[in-house]
Amino acid sequence: MSILIDETTPVLVQGMTGDKGTFHTKEMMAYGTNVVGGVTPGKGGGTHLGLPLFNTMKEAMKQTGATTSITFVAPAFCADASMEAADAGIRLICSITDGIPAQDMMRVKRYLMRYPKVRRPMMVGPNCAGIISPGKAMLGIMPGHIYLQGNVGVISRSGTLGYEAASQMKAHGIGISTSVGIGGDPINGSSFLDHLALFEEDPETDAVLMIGEIGGPQEAEASAWIKDNMSKPVVGFVAGLTAPKGRRMGHAGAIISAAGDSAAEKAEIMRSCGLTVAPNPSEFGATMAGVLASKQERRAIA
Amino acid sequence: MDVHEYQAKELLSSFGVPVPKGAVAFSPDQAVYAATELGGWNWAVKAQIHAGARGKAGGIKLCKTYHEVRDAAASLLGKRLVTIQTGPEGKPVQRVYIEVAEPFDRELYLGYVLDRKAERIRVIASQRGGMEIEEIARTEPEAILQVVVEPAVGLQAFQARELAFQLGLSIKQAQSAVSTIMNAYRAFRDCDAIMLEINPLVVAKDDRVLALDAKMSFDDNALFRRHNVADMHDPSQQDPREAQAAEHNLNYIGLDGEIGCIVNGAGLAMATMDMIKHAGGTPANFLDVGGGASPERIATALKLVLSDSKVRAVLVNIFAGINRCDWVAKGVVQACTTVDVKVPLVVRLAGTNVEEGRKILTESGLKLITAETLAEAAEKAVAACQGRLAA
Repeated sequence: MSILIDETTPVLVQGMTGDKGTFHTKEMMAYGTNVVGGVTPGKGGGTHLGLPLFNTMKEAMKQTGATTSITFVAPAFCADASMEAADAGIRLICSITDGIPAQDMMRVKRYLMRYPKVRRPMMVGPNCAGIISPGKAMLGIMPGHIYLQGNVGVISRSGTLGYEAASQMKAHGIGISTSVGIGGDPINGSSFLDHLALFEEDPETDAVLMIGEIGGPQEAEASAWIKDNMSKPVVGFVAGLTAPKGRRMGHAGAIISAAGDSAAEKAEIMRSCGLTVAPNPSEFGATMAGVLASKQERRAIA
Repeated sequence: MDVHEYQAKELLSSFGVPVPKGAVAFSPDQAVYAATELGGWNWAVKAQIHAGARGKAGGIKLCKTYHEVRDAAASLLGKRLVTIQTGPEGKPVQRVYIEVAEPFDRELYLGYVLDRKAERIRVIASQRGGMEIEEIARTEPEAILQVVVEPAVGLQAFQARELAFQLGLSIKQAQSAVSTIMNAYRAFRDCDAIMLEINPLVVAKDDRVLALDAKMSFDDNALFRRHNVADMHDPSQQDPREAQAAEHNLNYIGLDGEIGCIVNGAGLAMATMDMIKHAGGTPANFLDVGGGASPERIATALKLVLSDSKVRAVLVNIFAGINRCDWVAKGVVQACTTVDVKVPLVVRLAGTNVEEGRKILTESGLKLITAETLAEAAEKAVAACQGRLAA
């Protein structure tokens, strides 16, 4: 089943006509994603890459029946684009943009709360690589060919470290059901926990890899949730063991500024909650292989 | 982005937060002039650096005469001030702030932070001013008062009153405190701050509540829409390599080790540093070249990394997604023709067109050490650094 997206998911691209929008829409379409149109205010009525363009999300949704959007919109306008998508009834909003002000995201999250849970959109990102369900659809900027289709779910704050993990697992013959980038910002649309819950319910996912980094409470929150709620095995990793305190390591959210923020602390919390922690970033593949093998063994014995 | 105390006070003052009278000075003469213009009988001469704990390090001097003001300024300006927060190299003092020193009755604490867990702005106050908030949190957690701001409506007056009346103030003082708390919140919100600390917030003899010190940090992602804040940037307070990197839009953080790193993506860059340590080496820096690994960017990154004299080997780790390995490899080769790389260079490429990329590297005739996996790259970098592996 995979989570969030598959080959049928109808996608609108906000900012499709820009350089990034154009390039990545082409890649997504080549991968098999069901892109149904684009929204660029002022270009409505035209076409781009053979797809219809609209001025507003409401109009685009009326005409295309899209459920999902991806934004390739400059930081200054991203909060607005995300709220527009929510207001139009989009169910999944993926924001790739790096550089959105934190207080903007604070307000976007608050805006999403105006909808009752049944109607509330899921937001993924910002500052992420996107979502890929290998063999089905790609909503983002990742290189599709490094992913093997399979039964492991991946949730990662980092884009390229996520690619590294996918690539290592592929070398072990391990495929991915869905890989979700939650992005590197301090306030994000959805956390590890949000996607773990989805993976727990997904019949195609047998295990999950959680790739965290320094800064913020989300790895600890997820670990606590896993302990009490997750039946499937989880492999965890936290980048930044060698990061100095108080320095922002690239990602806006990657900073050790409070107790529990460091990689060592988070890894310890993961272990204490039953996750298998990869000993170093070159062992994602090997660690997951080991975890899947023991799961098989336990099944065989039982 | 950080700013100096006097800049934070300027901003806060523009939002209606009372601050003591003060003026910035760049020379001892200016310091004296400032004191005469400000009036008063006593002045604090305060070193302006992007770090705290100045008082204990002799960075804040109380003066009773113009001579003392001149001497204090002369003793601070042009030197590096080392405090427990600056690290052993300290920070250069190029400005001092001359502030009229008035007696006050009480020291309180007032802070604002963007709380990641709550996804809200949190206002923190305490009667225990003049101390580190972490210290108070440890020893007297009940002394910490907090309210959380609802983003849909902003900080409400009743919340400010809640804090003010719990600070043990008189009615008149509480009125001034409410105004200060609300105005400081507006400054935080309208300048896109991520941290604002007023410690101490003092109660003057006339019942005014004012900011005796102010520390403010701002969201780098918001500087595009806060030009007045962006203009306050002082590169002298940064590691010169980091300032240089920022100019080229590279994300660089200098560390203490011997193996320079050039990686695409912050998470992979941190993981590469971790891997080097795991392999027995020490990373010299964090450097994220981001999405565009063009020849120019790689050359700039190489120069930057090599400008660190401690570097004895360089590891380039690029996982090409949108970029292609052959393009990155060409970039590395080109960069090596323009930069004199005197130390071993380990290059690990992965992702799109990796075979073509590796071919370009091996056929380049350059003295490069190539690696296929992250583990191999780290091991080879450590070995090369220790002189056990040559290109």
